[in-house]
Amino acid sequence: MAQEEVNKAIAGEYNLGFEIDIEQDTVPPGLNEDVIKFISAKKDEPEWMLELRLKAYHKWLEMEEPTWGKVEYEPIDYQSISYFSAPKKAPESLDEVDPKILEAYEKLGIPLEEQKQLQGIAVDAVVDSVSVKTTYTEELKKHGIIFCSISEAIRDYPELIKKYMYSVVPMTDNFFAALNSAVFTDGTFVYIPKGVRCPMELSTYFRINAMNTGQFERTLIVADEGSYVSYNEGCSAPMRDDNQLHAAVVELIAMKDAEIKYSTIQNWYPGDEEGKGGIYNFVTKRGICEGENSKISWTQVETGSSITWKYPSCILKGDNSVGEFYSVAVTTLAQQADTGTKMIHLGKNTSSTIISKGISAMKGQNTYRGLVKIGANADGARNYSECDSLLIGSECGAHTFPYLESKDNIGQVEHEATTTKISDEQLFYLRQRGINEEDAVSMIVHGFCKEVFSQLPMEYAVEARALLELTLEGSVG
Amino acid sequence: MSKVLEIKELKAKIGDKNILKGLNLALEEGKVHAIMGPNGAGKSTLSKAIVGHYNVEVTDGEIIYNGKNIVEEEPEERALDGIFLSFQNPVEVPGVNNAYFLRTAVNARRKHLGLPELNAAEFLREMKALVSELGMKPELINRSLNEGFSGGEKKRNEILQMMMLEPNVVILDEIDSGLDIDALRAVSEGINKMKDGKRSFLVITHYSRILDYIKPDYIHVLKDGQIVHTGGPELVEQLEEEGYSSFEEK
Repeated sequence: MAQEEVNKAIAGEYNLGFEIDIEQDTVPPGLNEDVIKFISAKKDEPEWMLELRLKAYHKWLEMEEPTWGKVEYEPIDYQSISYFSAPKKAPESLDEVDPKILEAYEKLGIPLEEQKQLQGIAVDAVVDSVSVKTTYTEELKKHGIIFCSISEAIRDYPELIKKYMYSVVPMTDNFFAALNSAVFTDGTFVYIPKGVRCPMELSTYFRINAMNTGQFERTLIVADEGSYVSYNEGCSAPMRDDNQLHAAVVELIAMKDAEIKYSTIQNWYPGDEEGKGGIYNFVTKRGICEGENSKISWTQVETGSSITWKYPSCILKGDNSVGEFYSVAVTTLAQQADTGTKMIHLGKNTSSTIISKGISAMKGQNTYRGLVKIGANADGARNYSECDSLLIGSECGAHTFPYLESKDNIGQVEHEATTTKISDEQLFYLRQRGINEEDAVSMIVHGFCKEVFSQLPMEYAVEARALLELTLEGSVG
Repeated sequence: MSKVLEIKELKAKIGDKNILKGLNLALEEGKVHAIMGPNGAGKSTLSKAIVGHYNVEVTDGEIIYNGKNIVEEEPEERALDGIFLSFQNPVEVPGVNNAYFLRTAVNARRKHLGLPELNAAEFLREMKALVSELGMKPELINRSLNEGFSGGEKKRNEILQMMMLEPNVVILDEIDSGLDIDALRAVSEGINKMKDGKRSFLVITHYSRILDYIKPDYIHVLKDGQIVHTGGPELVEQLEEEGYSSFEEK
């Protein structure tokens, strides 16, 4: 059978590429102090926040864009991006949310109303620069849980924000984190009080809609002693010929005996076959296991974006703390992904697990980049890493860069890596048993990903599978 | 006797090399046909041509199955219609669960036949019974398809699939290669159990050993891309004694 058919199957079609026709309030492109002041004013922020933004901006001006990633793209003109865009009417309640936005979320398969409420999932929906709706806030409040947009949190919970924001990802951590610190527009804040197990899945849905805008959201999750939360994020964007920048920052803090499970299904517009258009997904995600026996688990399914540059990491500071990273990254068309994790072992008997699955098809380039660092006092630290690559076709590529730094001889580190190719013989074998080509490809791909999918909350595992199915659609020509 | 599968003047090549050179063969309903021949005669190419393998290009002739020429049909269509090939070297498919794969295949076939699909419990009950009958390790049910299986385990897994899929025509390509005597016996018993007077078998083999276990009704001698001689089971002995050289090409 022809390789093109398989390629076509893998590429599928991006069906979230519609544009929501809503009235937007957008600042002209360009970045300077006035724009930052404008954003801060729009958000009705206190003075201290504006000062932090300006400080980050000045630091950013002195920084250089990183070039070590195995990705290639034309230089970004930061003055051609608009840094704020919002639906014109700010909704006060559910009834006031622009029906077009709700409709758009329906199209995305994320009805804010019935479905998610039935499933008991609380949703924060972010369109471009603002949070348009957060559900279940009142219900969660009864448990002392704070689940709101970061803009609200800055106004309503300044002490928590001052204490934790920038504590895991400092504003000058890297070029994109600094840019985000200056211009971040919205995002989600979660606080789970001591001993509370969050009774429902929390979720944020991000949508880039306006043209020529960047999206710079910031998420901060604090799980106090003995608490538990499972948080999920999803995203999409219209199909456009220009590249759009998404530079987000996520910070997680887990106190003693707390656990945070953070899942991402990333489906930004990937651009076309020639690499035209698509989202530049340059994201900094990091969590700290602050207290003993705490745990942070990252699970990501990355199918979109023309370029992905992200390394959800864990700082294992508390003794016996646990960090996990489960990832499926698909690059097809002309997509490039340079993704992985950092596990920084500082506490005693800390352990980490890394399971990375990269799938490359057509001209996709997939790179795993990971660092396992064992500090001088991290006696008994353990890491297990497994990095597998699946190649479909001959024009794609897979690359693995595992780094290990150990100051402690007692640590135990294992690394395994494999690269496999879906062979014609495998496909033929399945077809000879009566399974059609499309199902055969999808069976092999699902089999390859299942260790990671099994980590997702059930509703999202279904969504992730459906997303893969969709990209495999239209296989047999 | 009604013919289930009829091959007429089949010519096929692999790459630039002509392998089958006007081959004629008819499989009768409920019979066991054995194809014997020296290395390179085209035995495996014949089996691949029947199931529509991508490496084999049919340049002329017909393969008539159920009254229609299937030369242009997709491999999965031929499979769903009941043609099964037990591969000489079954490929390993990492990550695909053996039971999940087989249930998908069985239900695809059942759906094609208009039968209700088997639910997971019904399916597992049948699969487990056959696994134990074939003397396979139960853990192979939940392993990745053929991955890390020994040669004997792979062959038993082929026979397991055949028994679950209940095909009309079974092609066994060198089913005896790499099998020890216990495995050979288990595999043969599985095959013999599937003889029901309707199902036809094409046993492709290099050695006569397997034919002590699976009694053929007909022996066909394949040489240089053609069937040069057809006879009864007594031909086995003659081949043992005289080799293939006594059979002249047409």
